[in-house]
Parts: sequence; C-alpha cells; structure tokens
Amino acid sequence: MTDALLDPRERRSIIRDSLGVGVATGAYGVSFGAVSVAAGLSVAQTCVLSLLVFTGASQFALIGVVAAGGAPISGALTALLLGTRNTLYGLRMAPLLRFTGLRRVLAAHVLIDESTAMGVTRGSTAAARVGFLTTGVSIFVLWNLATCIGAVAGNAIGDPRTYGLDAAVGAAFLALLWPRLRGRRNLQVAVAAAVVALATVPVVPAGVPVLAAATVALLAGVLTRSERPS
Amino acid sequence: MIWVAVVVTGIGCYLLKLAGLSVPPRVLERPLVERVADLIPVALLSALVAVQVFARGHELVVDARALGLAVAVVLLLLRAPFLVVVFGAALAAALVRLA
Repeated sequence: MTDALLDPRERRSIIRDSLGVGVATGAYGVSFGAVSVAAGLSVAQTCVLSLLVFTGASQFALIGVVAAGGAPISGALTALLLGTRNTLYGLRMAPLLRFTGLRRVLAAHVLIDESTAMGVTRGSTAAARVGFLTTGVSIFVLWNLATCIGAVAGNAIGDPRTYGLDAAVGAAFLALLWPRLRGRRNLQVAVAAAVVALATVPVVPAGVPVLAAATVALLAGVLTRSERPS
Repeated sequence: MIWVAVVVTGIGCYLLKLAGLSVPPRVLERPLVERVADLIPVALLSALVAVQVFARGHELVVDARALGLAVAVVLLLLRAPFLVVVFGAALAAALVRLA
C-alpha cells in the first residue's frame, strides 16, 4: 500500500474542513443538553451521557423515551439499536485507518457519523487518519462542553414546556432523519415505522412503540432482498 | 434506573463502535445485514419523531408540538442548520402556547 507522507497543503486543507464540521456539529450539543434536562435527567446524568455514549442519535433516543415516560431500559435498547450503524462505519473505516492496539481502542470512541464521513473519502491511510481524528476529537471536546452549557442553562430556566423544548426533541429527530430520507424504500420504511409506532402507543408501555417500529426495518430488509442484488 | 440506562448505553455503544473496527469485515458485510442496518436508523428515527410529537402518555394528540414539527420541516427544506431547526421548532411551539 502506498502510505507516503501527507502533503502539508493537503493536510492543512483536511484539518480546516474537519474543524469546520467539528464546530458545527459540536455546537448542537447545546440543544442536547437543554433537551435532556427537560426530559428529566439531571445535569450530571446529561454530561456523563455525552461523555460515555458520544453518538448523538442514540443520546437523543434515550432521553426521548425517558421524556415520554418510558422505562429507561427501553430507552437504552433503542439507543443501542441506533448505535449499530457505528459498527458498520467501523467495518468501512478499519482497513483505511489501520489502527491497532491502544490506538484502535481510543479511536473507537470517536467513531461516529461525522468522523466517518470526513475520513472515508480519503485516498491514503495518513489522510484518512487526519480527517477522522480531527473531526472526531474536535466534536468530542465541543459536544461535551456544549452539552454541559445546555444542561446548566436548561436547568436554570424552569418548566421546559413554556419554551417549547418538548417540541425541540421531535425536531432534532427529524433533522437527524432528514438526510436518510433518500430513495423510495427509505421513505416507505419511515412512513411505515411512524404508523406502527403511533398505532401501538395506546396499547403498549411507553418506549415499546419505537422498538416495535424497528421490526419494520427488519421486515423491509428481508423482503426487499431480490430488489437490489449485490 | 436512569443511571443504569446511561451506563449500559455508554458501554454498549462503545463496544458496537469497537466491534466495527475489530471484527473481520466478512463477518458482517453481507447484503442482508447491511440493508437492515441501513434501515434501522430510518425506522427508529421516524418512530421517535412520531411518538415525540403526537403521543401524550397513551393518547394521540395534535398540539403545539405538531406546529413545531411543521416549522422544522420548513426549516429543513430551507437547508437551515441543525441548531436553527431545533430551536426554531421550540420557539414556534412556545409562541403558540402563549397565544
């Protein structure tokens, strides 16, 4: 494999782009922090969640289920299901990053949507590492700072409903879903999942409707097998 | 219970990431697995939107949150950044409650 040293200009340009993504993404930790305390988590729980989980959609899922009155453990299950996509990112990134030992153990924590996106397109291991790590680490630092700021501020302002923060959670999920709504099959799955979730709301404990909707993904994956042979 | 969920989610999500970087690709890189894994976020996020906006306890309701969602859709169509979408929806819901 060619693993020539990275051209300084290319390196600078990758770092600049990665930091841009890092700042933009890290900043929305503010909304996570504010929404999380509105959901009923303490400031400490909110900050530890960002530190340990560090994958936005899963974090929003956990607090979303808790906010709806669901058992925290079904929130955790939903969060873990959403976290499975990071496993796929890892599969894609592993041969490119070629991290081993301790470096792999550390790098795994910042394996998220954005760091993958900024690393996966590079032509060499050196460039992929710069993009992946710059993005991942800058988001990690800012996301956690922003989470704490949001949590403390959210805690200080009182009843979140007055400020519409309960509506903010749905908007956050929609914004995370939006880029994935390409293609007819994804749209159909999204609609079917929403229908299943709403249909089960009156009859099952809170938190379960979302998990029930995950079966739509399973079914669609199995049933559309012949559609896209690969 | 919330602390348990926080720690379980933290450990689990980390292991899912580490597994991806460690497992030989052939174990998981099958068309069916990839397809399902690709669709799971779509189904879960969509269900979360629906429940978050239209459920109150075990009831289905249309209230200020629905207006917030509509505002979010408009902002997303206008390619507004994440923070603008989230706080725009909150603002819309807050204003309609004041009215």
